[in-house]
Amino acid sequence: MSVIYILLTISIVVALVFFAAFIISVRSGQYDDSYTPSVRMLFEDELVKSTTINNSDPNIKKSIQLNKKQKL
Amino acid sequence: MFKNMTKCYHCGDDCITSAIVFDDKNFCCNGCKTVYEIFDTNDLSYYYDLQSGAGTTPLAFEGKYDFLDSENIAQRLTEFDDTTIQIVNLYIPGIHCSSCIWMLENLNKLHPGVMHSQVDFPKKTVRITFKKEHITFKELAMLLARIGYAPNITLDDYDKVKSTTDRSLLYKLGVAGFAFGNIMFLSFPEYFETGEFWLEQYKGLFRWLMFAFSLPVVFYAGSDYLISAYKGLRSGLLNIDVPIALGILVLFLRSSFEIFFALGSGFFDSLTGLIFFLLVGKFFQQKTYSFLSFERDYKSYFPIAVTRLNKKRKEETVQVYEIKSGDRLLIRNEELIPVDGILISSKAQIDYSFVTGESEPVQKISGDNIFAGGRQCHGAMEMEALKSVSQSYLTQLWSNSVFHKEKTTIFQTLTDSIGKRFTLAVLTIAVIAASFWIVQDSSKVLNVFTAVLIIACPCAIALAAPFTLGNMLRIFGRKKLYLKDSGIIEQLAQIDTAIFDKTGTITTAESSSITYEGMELSSQEESLLKNTLRASNHPLSRSLYALLKEHNIETLDDYKEFTGEGVYGVKDKSDVKVGSADFVGHQQQSDYNNTSVHISANDSYKGRFVFRNNYREGVSEVFKSMGRYMDIAVLSGDNAGEKTRLEKLLPKLTPLYFNQKPTDKLEFIKELQANDKKVLMVGDGLNDAGALAQSDVGLAISENINVFSPACDGILDASKFKHLNNYILASKSAIKIIKLCFVFSLMYNLVGLYFAVTGQLEPVIAAILMPMSSISIVAFATLATNVIGKKLK
Repeated sequence: MSVIYILLTISIVVALVFFAAFIISVRSGQYDDSYTPSVRMLFEDELVKSTTINNSDPNIKKSIQLNKKQKL
Repeated sequence: MFKNMTKCYHCGDDCITSAIVFDDKNFCCNGCKTVYEIFDTNDLSYYYDLQSGAGTTPLAFEGKYDFLDSENIAQRLTEFDDTTIQIVNLYIPGIHCSSCIWMLENLNKLHPGVMHSQVDFPKKTVRITFKKEHITFKELAMLLARIGYAPNITLDDYDKVKSTTDRSLLYKLGVAGFAFGNIMFLSFPEYFETGEFWLEQYKGLFRWLMFAFSLPVVFYAGSDYLISAYKGLRSGLLNIDVPIALGILVLFLRSSFEIFFALGSGFFDSLTGLIFFLLVGKFFQQKTYSFLSFERDYKSYFPIAVTRLNKKRKEETVQVYEIKSGDRLLIRNEELIPVDGILISSKAQIDYSFVTGESEPVQKISGDNIFAGGRQCHGAMEMEALKSVSQSYLTQLWSNSVFHKEKTTIFQTLTDSIGKRFTLAVLTIAVIAASFWIVQDSSKVLNVFTAVLIIACPCAIALAAPFTLGNMLRIFGRKKLYLKDSGIIEQLAQIDTAIFDKTGTITTAESSSITYEGMELSSQEESLLKNTLRASNHPLSRSLYALLKEHNIETLDDYKEFTGEGVYGVKDKSDVKVGSADFVGHQQQSDYNNTSVHISANDSYKGRFVFRNNYREGVSEVFKSMGRYMDIAVLSGDNAGEKTRLEKLLPKLTPLYFNQKPTDKLEFIKELQANDKKVLMVGDGLNDAGALAQSDVGLAISENINVFSPACDGILDASKFKHLNNYILASKSAIKIIKLCFVFSLMYNLVGLYFAVTGQLEPVIAAILMPMSSISIVAFATLATNVIGKKLK
């Protein structure tokens, strides 16, 4: 029955791992903003498309420069 | 107004004057068109797919961010500064929808110098990492302003000590939850008392593990309660934390004692459960509206730096604290006047809406005194400073002592006042029960005494208020009444006097009624007037333009706009002048503060359009219904011009006070409080700030909650003003719910006390009774507040 020592250790270690994960996530600021990430994840599909176009087209950088000079 | 107006493709506003058509899309102004162009050429037009009319109209910003070039100032605003990389966290009031998040997080496509940007939507901030050599801080601010997301950088940011967010409650909740779960798991075998061989064998180990788990819960997670009770006792107060701390300590000491001497399993499950539930309640109550600030003073609105003209009349950027009397300052269009002074330029239009709530700009001429807090709204002007920032008329208000003391410390909550009686009652019962057992069976004395203190621990009472008020706070938030914290609801329920500011509070800045006084205009004159106004961008011209009947668009022969005076239009040899009395050549009689636009045609005076502030919808109903159970008064900073109109609108005998200075308002409230009145102040401008701070509950009315409000206890969206009375009644109902919860939890306590006094309190009974009472109270409080919330409009 001394296997209970091993089981107990394992159960506590597992619990401690989750506890540590929670502490780390709080520390990294995950709970500071609980709204924006929910919106952000919906953008990801589109992002891939526009980055590829941006990289392949050198004219775009030029147009940014032009726009910078514009005044409102 | 016209029904068939086209909507701007970028910002969704109505195109009031003729729309600019570009790329088959309508735009209300050149600003919106330019933003569209920028997005379109950079392949960012997905922005508009996310939400139609997503953008915000960009405002003029030339020179607005010049101060960011100054090393000292920029350094205080950046979060991280390296030789190559800088990180800034900017507050952008324009963030309002998912498109905004997408746009701001794709800044790197607009400018290669931006490395990374991340939006915090609830706080309306964006943290931007950028390469210094590619884009300067100033250029970054300009880039944001150009696409309609002008960052708001104020004196407050300059002064702010960088604060780290307090996450200790989350850690504590984590510790308590973790230990609670594990202890429950370990104490499970004990509940059944099976006497099974192997379980008996390992009992000791299980118990010591429970003891180990409970240590961080008591001394870390529960430390707030112990400290608060200690502080309360030291100042001679029996707050609700005293019986809680007593319960925690007794539970811990008795349980440890039982384990040390192998007498029993102790109450570690109840102990950790109690602390866990209490912390959940605290967490629930801690709802904050992070995008609103309730601690604002003038610093949140004042600029960091302004342009000073030095002796050689060269422009230089100067930090506002360094402005000295005698300095010549250049205030650009839409800039705030930072200090009191004298106008040097010939004319200026100053909008004091920050100060008084009055939305129409005031005309000033050379030599006039101008006060800090006004906003220049017509071109650039030059002024001479007379005072420094902290000595100005408006800012002096903040040296008053009301701004330096905490309001909440004085107020004793319902829970605390119950806690006091509760503690005394529990201690009496414990002593009586113990003395009874001394006679009967002295071995049980300590057992009974501690059992009473354990079971009577007012967990459910302590949870009733956080859950009721916390939930109410959220419901109010959904109804657009944003309160600083849940304690305000308790204070709101006790209000017996309500004081209202006039301008901007019970009047609205959004719509003004325009009446015409004078000779009737011929249809030809009206057409000419309308066509003249079409070209003008002045806000008064625009509202007048919208009022006049539709006429054919005609090209004028001549058109001139005189800044700060009026406009002049000629067509077919007849002309029309629209503007100030002087401009049209009319001797103005001394009149009320009403803004008016005068008209003359062919050099003969015709009449004037008078702009009056409209009173908010439902003002008289609010006054009538609130007047039934409390005293009401109006305190206005204006002159008595509106007296007759107000008297008609409000219930008879409502006291009206005019010409009240900011400090007068504060003193007025102080006097009422000296007569034991609980005062609610409803105001809006910075001139009410003193009164809002002094009052028991200060509510700020705001047309746009993101833009402006002085320091207060709550912000009410202007459109909900007519429901103010319902909110107060709902707060009163919330207090009734709390009282009902107290009755329920007392019944649970009586049942528990029966077991305790008779000496039969088993750990399993405590482990069932305590969570059950807490959970049922929480469920009842939440349900009941939701029912009230449903009834609220």
